[in-house]
Amino acid sequence: MDRIYLDSNATTIVDPRVKEAMEPFFCQQYGNPNSLHSFGTEVHPAMRLAMDRLYCGIGATDEDDIVINSCASEGNNTVLKGVYYDLIRNGPKSEILTTQVEHPCVRNSCAFLESLGVKVTYMPVNADGVVDGDTLRRHIDPDRTALVSVMWANNETGLVFPMRELAEICREHGVLFHTDAVQAIGKVPLDVASVPVDFLTFSAHKFHGPKGIGGLFIRKGLKLTPLIHGGEQMGGKRAGTVNVPYLIGMGLAMGMAVESLDFEQSAVRRMRDRLEDAILAIPDTLVVGRRELRTPNTILASFRGIEGEAMIWDLNANGVAASTGSACASESLEPNPTFAAMCISDELSHTSIRFSLSRFSTEDEIDRAAAVVRQSAQRLRAISSTYKNSK
Amino acid sequence: MAKNDLIGGSLWEQYSAIVSERMNNPMHRGEISEEEAEALGARLIVADWGAESCGDAVRLYWAVDPKTDRILQAKFKSFGCGTAIASSDMMAELSLGKTVDEALKITNIEVERSLRDDPDTPAIPPQKMHCSVMAYDVIKKAASLYKGVDLASLAEEDIVCECARVGLRTIKEVIRINDLKTVEEITQYTKAGAFCKSCIRPGGHEKRKYYLVDILRDTRMAMEQEKLLVQADAGDFKSKNLIQKHRAIEKALDEKIRPQLAADGGSVEIVDIREADGTATVYIRYLGACRGCISSTRGTLQFIENMLHQELDNAIRVIPL
Repeated sequence: MDRIYLDSNATTIVDPRVKEAMEPFFCQQYGNPNSLHSFGTEVHPAMRLAMDRLYCGIGATDEDDIVINSCASEGNNTVLKGVYYDLIRNGPKSEILTTQVEHPCVRNSCAFLESLGVKVTYMPVNADGVVDGDTLRRHIDPDRTALVSVMWANNETGLVFPMRELAEICREHGVLFHTDAVQAIGKVPLDVASVPVDFLTFSAHKFHGPKGIGGLFIRKGLKLTPLIHGGEQMGGKRAGTVNVPYLIGMGLAMGMAVESLDFEQSAVRRMRDRLEDAILAIPDTLVVGRRELRTPNTILASFRGIEGEAMIWDLNANGVAASTGSACASESLEPNPTFAAMCISDELSHTSIRFSLSRFSTEDEIDRAAAVVRQSAQRLRAISSTYKNSK
Repeated sequence: MAKNDLIGGSLWEQYSAIVSERMNNPMHRGEISEEEAEALGARLIVADWGAESCGDAVRLYWAVDPKTDRILQAKFKSFGCGTAIASSDMMAELSLGKTVDEALKITNIEVERSLRDDPDTPAIPPQKMHCSVMAYDVIKKAASLYKGVDLASLAEEDIVCECARVGLRTIKEVIRINDLKTVEEITQYTKAGAFCKSCIRPGGHEKRKYYLVDILRDTRMAMEQEKLLVQADAGDFKSKNLIQKHRAIEKALDEKIRPQLAADGGSVEIVDIREADGTATVYIRYLGACRGCISSTRGTLQFIENMLHQELDNAIRVIPL
């Protein structure tokens, strides 16, 4: 059975060209870039090219920093804890503003800072499922607020936040602005030259690069206490020997992600819409968030009368990989805070399934997946004690 | 466990092959119609438990022979995750052929055990144990419908942890007997709270009537109070604190001294008690006929002091004011 991967917001297939580009840096050019001898220096050209691609990919200038690290979780931790050390611990600020729908790496870092006495305010989302400018204006206070942290796009719903407006409001008030852009790279146009963010984080494995490597953009001139102290790598902003092959892979993956933007916005969007239409053709289903407000690859659907984990179990048994926000599928049985924030009812949150495509998805896969989804919904509704066909 | 816990996403790997099989192909899924029940000469019972908003709901159909109370056919439908469907399927199977009273004895633990591939390996991971509880609850509901009795009357006792089926009385006893001080200790001793963890404190997966944190706090408080009472009444006079000494002297006055004085129309009250060098000095005031009586500084005083020595301790001095 040919399996169909529709969980690209969790991780993506590594582009074979990325893997190929990384290959020479394991057994041939394996030097430590900090060494002075030829083994060290011979990897520099490829690293520079990778860095150029990353800078170019997000529109950074040469005076900005893109600190290479292990993942977006590390980047987000660095920003939140760094701002705590720099602006809150010994004053002059006291508060961090974020949203109720952030990824756990932001949410739990904030919870940790709260345990140290930091005031964290979690802004609600509006009817469209995003934090809007008015909400930010109501909460921001230049005397108190040290940092505003809002994701560029949501991992569950794919909803894209009004970044330029939010960043400009922060700039206007002289407050630092951070965005977790992990779900945005390669899906929506993204440019720090026109969107005045101060910190931006990303992770290679969400755009067909390898796992375990990411980047943290820091606007020129900004001070940020590092999370990891040690050697002088990354200009002292992040110690630890750089993962050279992965950096080279991430650079190429970024270049290709930017090149593929048109394809994402056209072909991937078309396939997504096709799957979405097929889901909505099944009675008693709905999809969260307006299409035009979402990343082109994401569908968060609900199938009335079917518990989410049972659905992904059945889809998996039939070769389709998707995910669910249902509490039953989490190790902790915790309800999903994003759904709670979006006022998604409990019934709905137990019945949600996320499908996320990539540029590697094919029309044929989408048609086969649609058939599997239809058949699973039918089977599970036939044994559901709560489903009544509303016709 | 640490090494195995470091790689996530192992939820499904912990399901037994039987659970997987019954999830993919539940043998007892479906419904029983009135006509089918009638054809069997049986009474149709349809019991619902849970709600979609809780993430789990199950409906159980029984065709019960009214003459023998025997369950002739059992089917289920379920809104729930894989383990809920598998548990419901096993529950329906276990109830088949039993009388309603026999079926009432099926517990979630028996359902879980029946889903095991081998007797020593749990069929489902701990946090999924609560799914099997639904299977038990819906049987109880079906039985109450069949018998026409209130659901509560079928409850054996107050269950605190549904997953491990541990009752309130057991938990209180274990805390007392073993002098337990933490919830973790309760879990070690009873397994309560070891599975879905809903019963540990409010805010978990399910809302509960009792929580281990509250039971522990209340039981510890009750134990503390009992200890104080025991201390107050037992032990020798010298080791008591001032309040306890006061109570002891008042008791001796009430039982041995005031009745005697009352016979002559008098009484006595304590004004103060002071302690110095191991001696308790009791300052008293005479009341009624005792006041001004000639004996009050001699015979009566001697009587009071002797009585207190006899009842409590020799190192008590009484001084009338």
